[in-house]
Amino acid sequence: MKQLVIFLIVATGGYQQQSVVRSTAHETRNNEQVIRISASTFEFNPREITVRKGVPVVLELTSQDRHHGFKLSAFELRVDIKPGAVEKVRFVPDKIGNFIFLCDVFCGDGHEEMSGTIKVVEQ
Amino acid sequence: MNDLMNRRDLLKLGGMGVAVFVSGTKVRAGGTRQKMNDSFYFVQLSDTHWGFNGPTINPDSQGTLKKAVAAVNALDDQPDFIVFTGDLTQTTDDPKIRRDRMAEFRDIVSQLKVKTVRFMAGEHDASLDRGEAYQEFFGDLHYTFDHKGVHFIVLDNVSDPMAAVGEKQLQWLRADLKQLNTDARIVVLTHRPLFDLAPDWDWATRDGAAVIEVLLQHQNVTVLYGHIHQEHHHMTGHIAHHAAKSLMWALPEPGSVPKKAQIPWNATEPYKGLGFRNVEARVRQARYEIEELSILKG
Repeated sequence: MKQLVIFLIVATGGYQQQSVVRSTAHETRNNEQVIRISASTFEFNPREITVRKGVPVVLELTSQDRHHGFKLSAFELRVDIKPGAVEKVRFVPDKIGNFIFLCDVFCGDGHEEMSGTIKVVEQ
Repeated sequence: MNDLMNRRDLLKLGGMGVAVFVSGTKVRAGGTRQKMNDSFYFVQLSDTHWGFNGPTINPDSQGTLKKAVAAVNALDDQPDFIVFTGDLTQTTDDPKIRRDRMAEFRDIVSQLKVKTVRFMAGEHDASLDRGEAYQEFFGDLHYTFDHKGVHFIVLDNVSDPMAAVGEKQLQWLRADLKQLNTDARIVVLTHRPLFDLAPDWDWATRDGAAVIEVLLQHQNVTVLYGHIHQEHHHMTGHIAHHAAKSLMWALPEPGSVPKKAQIPWNATEPYKGLGFRNVEARVRQARYEIEELSILKG
């Protein structure tokens, strides 16, 4: 089973430490890139993800606290994320670049900061 | 005092204020203000975010709204009424703090000389509890009122945290418009832009296209809104949309930076980017003259 390296930014103490932590996601037998993203006030975890162009991606989205949204305009994706459920989103990244995803359900004082980046690279 | 003098006084009060006149699809700066029997004016204030605390963004967060109230009260020619287009308060998870902020806001704006004040909610006021606290203090989330031949429609695109007006309110809007002639003078007041100004910056209404489609059936519709913390003008067909400045912090122009962020306070130009506006309605012509004002005298 191949492994896909993704990047995870962790929050520590009272401020956001921009240290990058390596994490892994696995690929299924169907050659899909499976990435789990957890949403909580007011961040996605991980919030920097690298995927490969042309390889199908499955995002498994969960919420740790309240109703959030996941919107990735570059690939015309959006889904509601609610506690207790796993939302799966499939897409095939067909272009290279850095693309912002964000929470589009108002969730509180830090809502406007709740975003992340998907980086699509060549295979 | 003649009307031109009144305008000069407003500009003096507004410091670097710029007069903008809106007529159909043409937007131009300058000109004179001609008050006619069929005209009136009102003041729009927006995005006051009472309760916000961020010294690098607005070190006068406790004083800006009060200064704005004083500036409006100092206008020689008092408006017929005043509208607040949402985000009266800064959001909070704590229902008690939310109500405390709303009570404080209400107390401050009660000092306005003009007692006809129309409120509407922003997402900071209403999204976390679907407008429960807001309605306790300020009443309905969507409603209409009429003034001197103009029909005002207050639309709620914030109490649903998904930034939608919703089918129920759309039906209410259709029913309201059905009672009006197609050439009726209509002003829509709302918080978020009804068109897709910058969806990735949360500057859109999810079902705004459906709202605009309904509004397009009428010939004379103008939309005044807030949310984006800056002056902005846009046309969708024959409908003009005008965004107002905030009274707490400014935001960058849509798409001008990779990530939306509050513009830091500039000590050399305090209150830059903040302000309120006068809107003069010329009813017979269905024209609206907008004058941008800052809260500083000088």
